[in-house]
Amino acid sequence: MVQRLRITFAKGDEVKYISHLDLMRAWERALRRGQIPLAYSQGFNPRPRLFFASALPVGFTSRAEVLDVILQQRMGLREFASRVRKQLPAGLELKSVAEIPPTLPAPSAQVVAAEYEVVVESQDALHDMQARLDKLLAASSIPRRRERPNRVREYDLRPLIQKLWIIGQRQGAYVLGMRLQADEGGTGRPDEVMAALGLTDAVRVIERVDLVLKPL
Amino acid sequence: MTSAALLDRILPTVAKPGRYSGHEWNSVRKDWAQVKVRVALAYPDVYEVGMSNLGLAILYDLLNQQPDVLAERVYAPWLDMEKAMRQAGLPLFSLESRRPIRDFDILGFSLQYELNYSNVLNMLDLAGIPVLASQRDERLPLVIAGGTCTYNAEPLADFFDLFVIGEGEEVLLELVRLYAEWKGSQGAALSHGEGRTRHAGALAGGKEEFLQQAAQIPGVYVPSLYRVAYQADGTVASIEPLKAGIPTRIQKRIVPVLPPPPVRPVVPFLNVVHDRGMVEIMRGCTRGCRFCQAGMIYRPVRERPLEEVLAAVDRLLANTGYEEIALVSLSSTDYTCIAPLVRELSQRYGEQHLAISLPSLRIDTFSVELAQWIQRARKTGLTFAPEAGSERLRQVINKGVTEEDLLRTAEAAYASGWLRIKLYFMIGLPTEMMEDVLAIAHLVKEVRDIGRRWRGSRAQVSVSVATFIPKAHTPFQWLPMENAEQITARQEALRRALPSRAVDLSWSDPMTAWLEAVLSRGDRRLGKVILRAWQLGARFDAWAEAFQPRLWQQAFAEAGLDAGFYATRQRSFDEVLPWSHIHTGVSAAFLWEEYQRSLRGESSVDCRAGCLGCGVRVAFNLDRCPSTIENDVKRIPKTSAAPGKEGGVASACGFPATE
Ligand code: SF4
Repeated sequence: MVQRLRITFAKGDEVKYISHLDLMRAWERALRRGQIPLAYSQGFNPRPRLFFASALPVGFTSRAEVLDVILQQRMGLREFASRVRKQLPAGLELKSVAEIPPTLPAPSAQVVAAEYEVVVESQDALHDMQARLDKLLAASSIPRRRERPNRVREYDLRPLIQKLWIIGQRQGAYVLGMRLQADEGGTGRPDEVMAALGLTDAVRVIERVDLVLKPL
Repeated sequence: MTSAALLDRILPTVAKPGRYSGHEWNSVRKDWAQVKVRVALAYPDVYEVGMSNLGLAILYDLLNQQPDVLAERVYAPWLDMEKAMRQAGLPLFSLESRRPIRDFDILGFSLQYELNYSNVLNMLDLAGIPVLASQRDERLPLVIAGGTCTYNAEPLADFFDLFVIGEGEEVLLELVRLYAEWKGSQGAALSHGEGRTRHAGALAGGKEEFLQQAAQIPGVYVPSLYRVAYQADGTVASIEPLKAGIPTRIQKRIVPVLPPPPVRPVVPFLNVVHDRGMVEIMRGCTRGCRFCQAGMIYRPVRERPLEEVLAAVDRLLANTGYEEIALVSLSSTDYTCIAPLVRELSQRYGEQHLAISLPSLRIDTFSVELAQWIQRARKTGLTFAPEAGSERLRQVINKGVTEEDLLRTAEAAYASGWLRIKLYFMIGLPTEMMEDVLAIAHLVKEVRDIGRRWRGSRAQVSVSVATFIPKAHTPFQWLPMENAEQITARQEALRRALPSRAVDLSWSDPMTAWLEAVLSRGDRRLGKVILRAWQLGARFDAWAEAFQPRLWQQAFAEAGLDAGFYATRQRSFDEVLPWSHIHTGVSAAFLWEEYQRSLRGESSVDCRAGCLGCGVRVAFNLDRCPSTIENDVKRIPKTSAAPGKEGGVASACGFPATE
């Protein structure tokens, strides 16, 4: 392991329907096009060593995705950024790149929470919307069911909501902010919060705006 | 344009929404207002299948290279998406600009498989385009098709304005030019603006006039300009142009020299069926297998020079970032420079872990050697196609492979580390007897025993058995398909005869084969059946989870047509076949002679060993056929000190003869 880089990138509208697995492949290919000297895994089927912090559900956009890349030859950060930017498909945007110590744990092990902004259509008056949020936050538990392809998962959403607030209001829509737990103990989903608020059908945009990493 | 808000409501509710969201790397987005002709290239199956088709990628590249033409893509929406689109009233749209398909000038389908036909109708309907060509005027897109199926396009005659027979690279441009001229001649009547606001009343004879002119382009077949008459027994009596000046026969188009391959293909986000770069190294095949339609219709063989392949791979990888490259042809091992090519590629790109795939390996130890170079690490499986179990039957179909060849190849494969060998066979082949079927079991057992000897219990054989369909334009085109009971009986017998341990067996679905046979051998009257089956709900017939054979059976019954008449009837040499006006360059006399030879159990040589006079050389006025790199060697004066065959080939391949 010669050099470990941490990339922050945005996943925009154009690519929001691309699944996590497909996104990984898109990154691999962009890096190969940029002639980045990637380090490969050992074994029968060598793969470039890319580590994503957290899979973003299909349909959400993000301006704060985190990806670590391992290089087998050192490269200047500026050079890296400029080569990669030329190769990213529309909707993927490299926001920053930094060199980090190779010994750091994988970014997925560092994530503790994620912040989202949700645009939701609503004719509610401001105090009504606030009351909706307050009511949810006042609940001691929020039992939820999630249908999975092969099972139904029942869980309590309440402890996963760390913060929930109104960011702003414009033309029949609100922008809500929320900070949800995202670690081994559980990962909160913003669409689940919106469902618990009774606002599923009115959601227009869900964007991840920050991934909170454990300080080391 | 399709509203983003509407799509955002629909896409989260369907499986794999990335099929419909576009924006892939290298997709081409041109200014709609700045071009004269807008073409939608359609593949009537899901995105993952359509995106794996090299032919469409070639045409997409070619059309978009024209400054005044744009080409965009569209694939068949899967069942869930179709439902959501119909509910929302969302018409079929292109991936690039998300414009309704109705707004395009030309809608071109790639037809590679008969079981996609119901999807063609469904896509037209989803686009808001009447499925019957007779109900469309010049205000709607011109609906055209190319691809393997168009060599007998009769069953689709009602739905298409025209077919392009053969290789599309030149003829499609000629057609687009003609279209641009025609559109220009309609002058102010046409609007270039948003939507299709062409003009209120149809130009009298506008589209008909265009079609008549298009029919003059060699390789273009306009079905509405021909009349088909039938005999009392239901066979075709004649196929004749409706008026003077329309060609009586349509000869396929070829490009004498392969044009440069596309090196900037669209890179899908989704994991498509062939998720890799493709470089065509050779077109056509010299082997002359009698059952193989591709081998007959893609003649003559033309090889792409080695340096051109290498340069293309280089640019393709730089432009796509692919981790795998396929060297595409009908028989990769036959490419003259295959060894130097594979060696060079694995040297150049080994460090970047480039995987190389050779889709069609000949059955010999050389193929195993090749496979070894490209699969240095994991040796999962090797695939070979002996096609028939007995030596006799392989002679009949002219698959020049002996049992010894196969066993030696299997031995080489297991010995060099492979664990699994996959074998392709067909049943229902002409003259096939039960003993030929049982010979498959014998062969498989031999291969398994070799595997055991080398790899013990880890050795695997998988066997895939398809049902033979006598295809148009092959020496077996006059033959009936074996009837369903016989096929079932032979499948059963084979299943019983095969050892279950270490052998993994798969069949092609008999009803699927039946429908493919009917549709590929049918005449125009089948248009009614296709239309009705689609109306009854037929979609994605190539997909087991969607295929409902009873809809087709009902459609046949309602049309008063007998499927067996098309699939399981012996035809005579004198019968006017529904595709007899379509010419591949291979003469009917040659096909008949090959058929007669097959009945006598006589094999025919590979074109590389000698020309059999199939007619292609004459039809296309070729000075060399097949056009191989060895031809070039013969023409190069031998200046080398050691001009042996090896040296000759190697120098043609641009490499010194090492080893
Ligand atoms: S003309 Fe001769 S060499 Fe060419 S494809 Fe036909 S048989 Fe083969």
